[in-house]
Amino acid sequence: MSDLTDLTVAEIRDGFRAGDFSARDVAEAFNANVAAAKALNTFIVETPEKALAAADAADRAKAAGEALKPLAGVPIGMKDLFCTQGVQTTAASHMLEGFTPTYESTVSAKLWDAGAGMLGKLNLDQFAMGSSNETSYFGNVISPWKRKGGDNAALAPGGSSGGSSAAIAARLCPAATGTDTGGSIRQPAAFTGISGIKPTYGRCSRWGIVAFASSLDQAGPMARTVRDNAIMLENMAGFDPRDSTSLDLEVPKWEAGLSSDLRGKKVGIPKEYRPDGLNAEIAALWDRGIEWLKDAGAEVVEVSLPHTKYALPTYYIIAPAEASSNLARYDGVRYGQRDLPDGAGLQDMYAATRAMGFGPEVKRRIMIGTYVLSAGFYDAYYTQAQKVRALIARDFEQAFEKCDLLLTPTAPSASFALGEKQADPLAMYLNDVFTVPASLAGLPAMAVPGGLDGQGLPLGLQIIGKALDEQTVLNAGLAIEERAGFAARPEKWW
Amino acid sequence: MTESTYRIQGATGEWEVVIGLEVHAQVTSKAKLFSGAATAFGAEPNTQVSLVDAAMPGMLPVPNRECIRQAVRTGMAINAQINKWSRFDRKNYFYADLPQGYQISQLYHPIVGEGEIEINLDEKNPDAETKVIGIERIHVEQDAGKLMHDQHPTRSYVDLNRSGVALMEIVSKPDMRSPAEAGAYLSKLRTILRYVGSCDGNMDQGSMRADVNVSVRKPGAEFGTRTETKNVNSVRFVMAVVEYEASRQVDVLEAGGKVVQETRLYDPDKNETRSMRSKEDAHDYRYFPDPDLLPLELDDAFLEECRQSLPELPDAKRLRYEKDLGLSAYNAAVLTAEADTARWFEALLAEGARVQKKSEGEVAKASANWLLSELYGALNRLGKTLDDSPVTPEDGAELLALIADGTISGTIAKQVFEIMLETGGKPGAIVEEKGLRQTSDTGAIEAVVAEVLARNADKVEQYKGGKDALFGFFVGQTMKAMQGKANPQVVNELLKKALG
Amino acid sequence: MSIDLQTVKKIASLSRISVTDAEAEAMVPELNNILGWVEQLGEVDVTGVQPMTAVIPNHQRLRDDAVTDGNVRDKVLANAPQAEHGFFAVPKVIE
Repeated sequence: MSDLTDLTVAEIRDGFRAGDFSARDVAEAFNANVAAAKALNTFIVETPEKALAAADAADRAKAAGEALKPLAGVPIGMKDLFCTQGVQTTAASHMLEGFTPTYESTVSAKLWDAGAGMLGKLNLDQFAMGSSNETSYFGNVISPWKRKGGDNAALAPGGSSGGSSAAIAARLCPAATGTDTGGSIRQPAAFTGISGIKPTYGRCSRWGIVAFASSLDQAGPMARTVRDNAIMLENMAGFDPRDSTSLDLEVPKWEAGLSSDLRGKKVGIPKEYRPDGLNAEIAALWDRGIEWLKDAGAEVVEVSLPHTKYALPTYYIIAPAEASSNLARYDGVRYGQRDLPDGAGLQDMYAATRAMGFGPEVKRRIMIGTYVLSAGFYDAYYTQAQKVRALIARDFEQAFEKCDLLLTPTAPSASFALGEKQADPLAMYLNDVFTVPASLAGLPAMAVPGGLDGQGLPLGLQIIGKALDEQTVLNAGLAIEERAGFAARPEKWW
Repeated sequence: MTESTYRIQGATGEWEVVIGLEVHAQVTSKAKLFSGAATAFGAEPNTQVSLVDAAMPGMLPVPNRECIRQAVRTGMAINAQINKWSRFDRKNYFYADLPQGYQISQLYHPIVGEGEIEINLDEKNPDAETKVIGIERIHVEQDAGKLMHDQHPTRSYVDLNRSGVALMEIVSKPDMRSPAEAGAYLSKLRTILRYVGSCDGNMDQGSMRADVNVSVRKPGAEFGTRTETKNVNSVRFVMAVVEYEASRQVDVLEAGGKVVQETRLYDPDKNETRSMRSKEDAHDYRYFPDPDLLPLELDDAFLEECRQSLPELPDAKRLRYEKDLGLSAYNAAVLTAEADTARWFEALLAEGARVQKKSEGEVAKASANWLLSELYGALNRLGKTLDDSPVTPEDGAELLALIADGTISGTIAKQVFEIMLETGGKPGAIVEEKGLRQTSDTGAIEAVVAEVLARNADKVEQYKGGKDALFGFFVGQTMKAMQGKANPQVVNELLKKALG
Repeated sequence: MSIDLQTVKKIASLSRISVTDAEAEAMVPELNNILGWVEQLGEVDVTGVQPMTAVIPNHQRLRDDAVTDGNVRDKVLANAPQAEHGFFAVPKVIE
């Protein structure tokens, strides 16, 4: 029997059902890997007992001949942005250190109801703000990948779902939850050679997920294969009456619908995603991706998304504006940390608490958001940004009159060394240049690994679909996965 | 429409006061605006709080249909424009009674637009002039929690029971020009809300409170700088605030100073307002559309249901009472001033018409007079209201029917009513039990009349000599001798006959 | 538009984040850099364009008016830095 931690979600599920191994065997194997990977700093809280409990329940159910739940026997990692009842939930902030929710987020509850077990709470950029996982109060997540040729630099796993991406790439969990506001599932997936999908805005309930930017936040799965993403997403998505923006739609049977036969599909190649100076290796991978999709039967057409260059600045008005308001509740009154200097009044307590509880990037975004909403600037910044956002969404609508899906790179570069871009917030923000437009338009988008660059680091391709058409996105992802034959994995050094 | 002549006499001449009211009215609903927690008054601290109301991480708002419906019905009741497309905005500021760090409100696209309310400038005089006060808008928003300052020497305590309760903010135009107008407007608004059932109007429980915007100017000049006195919780206080602020501002201006645009608080004990400096730096509220909520789109069926469910409103009811029921303007005004009174009266009327087999119009006057004099007099004496009246409309109608069909006289009716008040008994049963049925037996009455006249021969002489006023004396004596049970009409007739 | 030290301090105060002078000074170029960059949006012609209101077409659902929540004071207060007698406690507020 091969190492259980090398198995995919589908393989674990099916092998467990077939009696090849017990759920407890699987949970113990992953627990052991988690315990041995402290150097990666992927988990803020480890919950081996929860993984074992779910596994034992699955084993008991199987022994009793009961119907098995869809994720019975599968342990997963939970991004520490999802509130988990009785388990500390921090959003990787000092502010929420020690916060133990008395409630369970809708998405995590669905996964537990589906039989999954929790290996622990995964590290992330603080309040999901960041693209390198360097803003966590609990320390950087270290990518399991190293550049080849003896460069020992610690690399970024991407962000904000960097704990999720690193843990999956390092075989600490077969799948994990992520959240994506401007690329926080797709960019870390690309950096670590795994797959991840951000579904259509409203597919997954936001109830119980620590909010960053409400109109953009969307949960999604991350895993090593497209099939695993389909399985996970089926068990995360679904209407939730507690979230006003939740879509009241049936959850499609995405796994059953998987097919890499793309005959009859048109793939749009947006010319604006090939700016001057695009990294040559990424451009080359993109070209290979186009060939793979043609090979799968798709027709390729060039399309234009004229407002692409404005997506990032639009995002950096809207997301901070929403965040400045969403994070106002962290005031030291009802939960979380409190800093009460001697003789401080209420407002002083707020200012001290928030100065202590938020990291520099979070403060920066709150301040930008506060500024763009403030008297006299609201229309020039926020209203203008929402208008440009409407234009960006319209660009996609028009492009989708000519095609069924779009293929682009996921990120403008491969993973970079920790510390490399930290001094320049703007340079860091540019990481999301290819992922942000689909976020602004609420469209489903997926990252799949396509190959390695010259330094031996993974590069990803992004598929963007029409609203609600996750199936086509997954299918195109599968077509690429089959043709790319991406089998590279980080060499264990931790 | 009339121009107010209320003026403040200053050293430099006359000043006019300009008033606008922003009234916060708690929407009558079981659950809160965005959560399923209860809204009942007076619960233990923090028991009527959901995780949404406490703004726990990841909690999200979902609007309560009833709160939206009540706001729409209220808008319809003031002939306002109903916006089929509206939206919730966040008003951002930090305070311990505001868990989210923002209040969900409606700034840019309120649910109700412009409307109007007609006020009567003298409540006691229904023929007094009326004035139309414009309504700028009504929007729906969350109430804040409550801070208690007196339970601990160095700490304030936060109770979130009210946090998230639905409020309607009803914003008037600056159309009022005197304390009386402000008072009349607030009373009328409360009446309308109670009729509609969208707010209980209980100002002492905080279900309704007003922010009073006051400025002064020389008559006809541009608007002056206004102050806003927050959370004034009675009609009387609103009038006091206007009076105090107007004269304070005149004093400031005449002393060469400037009125500062600011938030003030009213102190009822001292009857004065004072500046509320603690909220001064909170002016930049950074309103923006709440991204947790979608635009509110109301369909025609929803609006139609709101319209259909509206009751007859006070102005229409008052007119109907005058025109169709033939009531005096004064009685119509008094009976319609409170929804509860009108409801009681209409129950009395309906039952009266039913038992007497007459139209409502035929029994209206007697019913109105009895309610406003007999019943109100008794309730006043007992310190009760219609709500806890020991006599029901059905009992009242039965009593009035006994008078109308001659079973008892008005005098006996008063006795019966007293017994009803004491015992809660039914009038018919009381009449039977106590043998109070009046007699029209001419033989019996004739005998008594003869006896009375015989006993008072001197007075009979005087009467015949032209002292007509003595007729009443004979009636009284006859009635007394018959313990009030004689039919007064028959007594009259027989006396006239006997006295020639 | 370029923001100065005073503006940074004002934003920090509105945001209820205390900053030292040195921190505020460091933020001036940082925030100007970001704001200068986002200001390129001003060049987009948005004539006749309505601001986006819903990312994916969807209707605001309305709840029935029923008490389905509350009575969970223990849960509400469970994570409070300071809770006394069923209340959250904060430094005394003078109104």
